[in-house]
Amino acid sequence: MSIPVGHYQYDRIDRDFLQARIAEFEGQVQRRLDGTLSEDEFKPLRLMNGLYLQLHAYMLRVAIPYGILDSRQLRKLGEIARRYDRDYGHFTTRQNIQFNWIRLEDTPAILRELAEVDMHAIQTSGNCIRNVTADEYAGAAADELVDPRVHAEILRQWSTLHPEFTFLPRKFKIAISGSPNDRVAARFHDIGILARPGEDGAPVFRIFVGGGLGRTPVIGQELFDSVREEHLLATLEAILRVYNAHGRRDNIYKARIKILVQAIGVEAYREAVEAELAQMDLERYRLTPEAVAAIQSRFAVPQLEAPADADAVLAQQRRDDPLFDRWVRSNTHVHRDPGHIIATISLKPAGGIPGDATSAQIARLADLADAYSFGEIRITHLQNVVLGHVRKDRLRDLWMGLAEVGLAEANIGLIGDIVACPGLDYCALANARSIPIAQKLGARFADTALQAEIGALRINISGCINACGHHHAGHIGLLGVDKRGEEFFQLTVGGRAENGAAIGTILGAALPEDETVDAIARLVDCYLGRRESGETFLDTLTRLGHEPFREAAYETV
Amino acid sequence: MKLFELGERTAQVHDVLVTVAELAERDDARAVLLESADDPALLKPYLNRLELVVLRFPIFRDGRGFTQARELREYLRFSGEIRAEGHILPDQAAFLRRCGVDSVVLPKDGNGDPALWEKQLRQFPVAYQRSVLPERSVGPGLRVEEAS
Ligand code: HEM
Ligand code: SF4
Repeated sequence: MSIPVGHYQYDRIDRDFLQARIAEFEGQVQRRLDGTLSEDEFKPLRLMNGLYLQLHAYMLRVAIPYGILDSRQLRKLGEIARRYDRDYGHFTTRQNIQFNWIRLEDTPAILRELAEVDMHAIQTSGNCIRNVTADEYAGAAADELVDPRVHAEILRQWSTLHPEFTFLPRKFKIAISGSPNDRVAARFHDIGILARPGEDGAPVFRIFVGGGLGRTPVIGQELFDSVREEHLLATLEAILRVYNAHGRRDNIYKARIKILVQAIGVEAYREAVEAELAQMDLERYRLTPEAVAAIQSRFAVPQLEAPADADAVLAQQRRDDPLFDRWVRSNTHVHRDPGHIIATISLKPAGGIPGDATSAQIARLADLADAYSFGEIRITHLQNVVLGHVRKDRLRDLWMGLAEVGLAEANIGLIGDIVACPGLDYCALANARSIPIAQKLGARFADTALQAEIGALRINISGCINACGHHHAGHIGLLGVDKRGEEFFQLTVGGRAENGAAIGTILGAALPEDETVDAIARLVDCYLGRRESGETFLDTLTRLGHEPFREAAYETV
Repeated sequence: MKLFELGERTAQVHDVLVTVAELAERDDARAVLLESADDPALLKPYLNRLELVVLRFPIFRDGRGFTQARELREYLRFSGEIRAEGHILPDQAAFLRRCGVDSVVLPKDGNGDPALWEKQLRQFPVAYQRSVLPERSVGPGLRVEEAS
């Protein structure tokens, strides 16, 4: 097989490693069945391999490192959905995919099938360093300074079965971006890394620590402004060592690094990290240019050739077809090559379940990736799919192919592009069902012309305070709460995960599901009525403050 | 008490095992027990006479012992024996070894089967990051295998 353009190409040694991991897991399942491992002992071990027990069945979360996979891998995911699940998969906010209806007995077979295409479920859960996420437009976006994928792959390798950091106080999430426009929510991660070019050509890294959502939302703070590439791994080791030694282990709600950073302050944390670095043998941890180059060489470079008139062809097609034009406006992003464009495919059809894709859709996406984007597919942290390198003159063909399988929704970044956690339909911890209200909101704003009129607006929904749906980071956030046994939703506004990260603030009393949908419609009307030209929802909210929105939302209640 | 050796160093039995607090009083002590909350740097004044540091795992999920072992090896250059005891699993054998632990007190239940520990030590042909052991690169990139 030729080298994939989007991700690291495995070799025999990497594949042997995966097989060894599967054999290890099979042994663990066996020991659980014969009783040598207690359930308490088995649970962290299975979680470390992505296997959860949900409300009705086991769920397997498969890693998609830095969100990028090739068509062969995507096809395999579709086959697994068909054979072992209920014919669909669910793409997650951490760029992974989950299968919600898995039988424990089937997991070794599924893991073997995944390994056939160099995939696995390693560290997609558990109190370890989780699958690393990266900018969904990596290596393609015009606004990118450094392609973060090579370093994301380095972090993936380095964190895989790390001997010291596999039994941390709590889960640990790292995101990396190389663009000045934050598309990874860097400041809502345990560690967020922003790469930029350094003076000697090698990248330097700005590192944030202690961000996170959950019950205690915290915006990450800058630990270092410019870490040199050669010290990247040493610095991460030092940060994790301080956390492993001092993070709280007495209370899981206080165990994330954000609580430790809050407790001692970022200055003290920095001093502690520097004290570690001063004692470490930096040579041993040095990330050499040779190692970086070796890993880089496992990524193929797409040959971006487009006819000279590609741009003109696209422009003409947009003029001829307003529906296509609307889709291009919301669902594409500027590519670094003028003949190419980045297309985002919405997994948020009006009234559908955000992030779900059927095996037929998955198979079609793989075919379209082969035909239009070098066989490469990316999963976004907003649960959509990206084809990163589409020739401009072929974009319309792609769009028509997508429409055939119901994947041409023109709503990326708009009000229909909702992020929702699994909620009470799957999750035992939920207070409320997140999916039905997402579907109702999607249906309410189904008109894509209206969505375009409303403009940039993110809705995030979590079924409980654990915040898997990132409601704190939504421009409008919904949190499921339990009121005397009934499902209610608390509204927050003003959150954002992009540049200028902010945590949303509560607007007022929680409302029942249908009233929540109405209240959001009134919020939107209030914005449409009072915005000044060019303003987004967040702009108007910032200018006017919460009061007019609060009044609008609670008008008739 | 059954000991299992993770590496080449032969496990030694010591009759006197003291806590960190007791070390100062007991000139004869050659072995010390570190609780998972203890800072290994406290052992600095005694490193010359210490032959064994025992790391106690209150529960296998408490990973502080891994960091303690690495600090002992990397920062304090401790060259004596490091042992893990308490609630530990054979699934952790290679992690312990790679952090510098030489021996374990085998658990008394099914997790104490030496064959499981033996197997786990040989489970993975390579690792993706440096440890405290002597290692050589299995390029390209970060992969290493043990040098011995
Ligand atoms: C069965 C119950 C649960 C389900 C179905 C669930 C579902 C999810 C999903 C689908 C994601 C994105 C996953 C990824 O790709 O890594 C996620 C992330 C997350 N989960 Fe859950 N989750 C559950 C329980 C919990 C619990 C118990 C907590 C906290 C105590 C929690 C906190 C979070 C947080 C905070 C995030 C993402 C935000 C972040 O940390 O940056 N979840 N969850
Ligand atoms: S936010 Fe709550 S309800 Fe939603 S998936 Fe997470 S734990 Fe479950």
